[in-house]
Amino acid sequence: MQSLVIVAHGSHLNPGSSAPTYDHADTVRATGAFDEVRTGFWKEEPHFREVLRTVEGDEIYVVPLFVSEGYFTEQVIPRELRLDGWDVSEWDSEGLSADQATLVAEDIDREVHYCGPVGTHRAMSDVIVRRAESVTGDPDVGEGFGLAVVGHGTERNENSAKAIEYHADRIAERDRFDEVRALYMDEEPEVDDLPEFFESDDVVLVPLFIADGYHTQEDIPEDVGLCEDHTEGYDVPETVDGTRIWYAGAVGTEPLMADVILERAADAGADLGTALDDVRETTRVATGD
Amino acid sequence: MPEPTSDATTGEGAAAGGDPEAGPEVPDIDLPSDAFDAVLDALADRDAGDPLRFEGFGVARDDDATGEYRLDPADGDRRTGLSERELHEALSERAAEVTDWYAFERVVGEFGPRRAFLRWLEDADGATVATRYAALAEGIERAWGELKITATVTDRGERRYDVRHADDAGVPADELDRYDDPLDARELVKLDEKGRYRPLKTAPTLAGGWVFPDLGPRDAYEAVETVYPATVANWHREREGELDVTHWRETMERQSGIYGVVKTWDRGEGHEHVDWVAEACCDDSQCLKRREWGYDDETDLDVDGGDGAFPCREPCSVVVSAARKWTRLESEQPRTYEFELTPSEKEQVEEIIDAVADGRIDEIREADTKEGANRYRTRFLRAKLFDDEGNLGGVPTEPDEADEADEADEE
Repeated sequence: MQSLVIVAHGSHLNPGSSAPTYDHADTVRATGAFDEVRTGFWKEEPHFREVLRTVEGDEIYVVPLFVSEGYFTEQVIPRELRLDGWDVSEWDSEGLSADQATLVAEDIDREVHYCGPVGTHRAMSDVIVRRAESVTGDPDVGEGFGLAVVGHGTERNENSAKAIEYHADRIAERDRFDEVRALYMDEEPEVDDLPEFFESDDVVLVPLFIADGYHTQEDIPEDVGLCEDHTEGYDVPETVDGTRIWYAGAVGTEPLMADVILERAADAGADLGTALDDVRETTRVATGD
Repeated sequence: MPEPTSDATTGEGAAAGGDPEAGPEVPDIDLPSDAFDAVLDALADRDAGDPLRFEGFGVARDDDATGEYRLDPADGDRRTGLSERELHEALSERAAEVTDWYAFERVVGEFGPRRAFLRWLEDADGATVATRYAALAEGIERAWGELKITATVTDRGERRYDVRHADDAGVPADELDRYDDPLDARELVKLDEKGRYRPLKTAPTLAGGWVFPDLGPRDAYEAVETVYPATVANWHREREGELDVTHWRETMERQSGIYGVVKTWDRGEGHEHVDWVAEACCDDSQCLKRREWGYDDETDLDVDGGDGAFPCREPCSVVVSAARKWTRLESEQPRTYEFELTPSEKEQVEEIIDAVADGRIDEIREADTKEGANRYRTRFLRAKLFDDEGNLGGVPTEPDEADEADEADEE
């Protein structure tokens, strides 16, 4: 019996924080690729500490719904899941290449496949592009557009910037958008000065965050100048210093994220049948005609 | 074997129609083909002569591999050489026992927490099939946190479950919002009845007005586990004598990052601070879990752990987050401030604290000035006692530098 456990941060304060996790779990569930799909949280219930005891299967894949390798994926989650013998070297990663580690979870005395975070998987680049399609309503968006991929930066976690750069570089190589830039909230180049970094009149701004919350709904819109105060709201697109900015909100809310979760499990050996193709199809942006 | 009981429920959820002398009537059950086929499959997987046991009888393939079956009633005459048709007849006469086996062995399945919970709902490890089916025909009610779960049986021996808020007991299902997918419970538990976010799912603030009127066994379990995550798993471990309790000290020692500071709150000077935490956060008025953790494995707390059906096995993330705040706040040293209050004002301050702590603010009527925590009364107190900087009695929070110098001299 094959089980998927999606682990995410959750929130004590924001009721919407768990929504993307639940949504993607439902998408994966609908594929039928897993006999069960469970969700566990750091700030909600079931907690990381107790989620595995709700799991019935004997082939268990744990996928962290986090944007980068770091404190949560390397310390908190393995500790709270009680992965016996965990050491970050199990992943053999410089910050971008964590794939999976198979360890016994002491809580249930069964093996689990502990996967790398969704945010650093190569398929995440496709989700960022898909997010740009969603927010512009144009499945072919690219020509005449710039793309800004935005993250925290190194202040909290040096791997955060690595993930942003990795995806920005990969998308740039596709020559789909006129320009692609990695911008940060707490280091140069800063998202505050976004229009200075782009020549394009239209720029899609995709924050590499899992859920919408303080950073994506208050910080970034105000820093970029989409609004004076987030309570005023803003339009999409909103013109700032002559640049039309298409603000996408957290990339993690994009339905195609479910695909990355599946990719992580597949990389760790899960048998998915046609689920990957199914998800790519069902989450596609309508052409609008 | 536990002694069969005539009442398959706990005290609070009595089986309806229960004159134990007359006994509720055992319903007629038609043996469904899926249950009969499952019996044949199970027999095919067993050696000839190795009986499949039901309550009160066993069934086996005959030894001589003739494709015939035999039936062994516990206190009756063995019947051998039964054709499949004759076996079906015999089992149809015992359809309650066969469908009971099928419900738990094939529908519910082996997974420990789910199986134990669904058996507990109808006291399947205590009461006989006849007693349970009679009670199920009337509906067996169980409480789980703020949930009321009513188990019934169809005339095909299938279990069905009605899951709703206990406050909605007795309300016709068509007057409540109907749901059939247990995962929809995720939305039902998100906000309390005033629309406020519930960060703790076991807080006694579950909103009502909805019902899952007709769930199968697996979905009933999922609905309960969605409303109260992991509570069945932990209850099951406790029943098995395997609950892994992690006490306060160990939980705080484990914290890292921004929560690492909480371990410094334990200074080897007793556990009064943890008593206060538990009284603040873990009381039954705040959380329906029954607190099983203490200060450490040798030291209980001095406050009540509550009466909930399901255990709390370690300080939760809400407690850890609050403890982080208190660790900082409680590192401050007390100071002496001097305020002048009338006796009524002192009592009013106490009433305001009580009203906030007990969540009574919304109950206090706008014009009820008898209540100390009434808004007008409180605004009056602020108008009278606060200075322009918001200082109570005009007394600044931080003493001026001269005072600080004095204190330094005294040390």
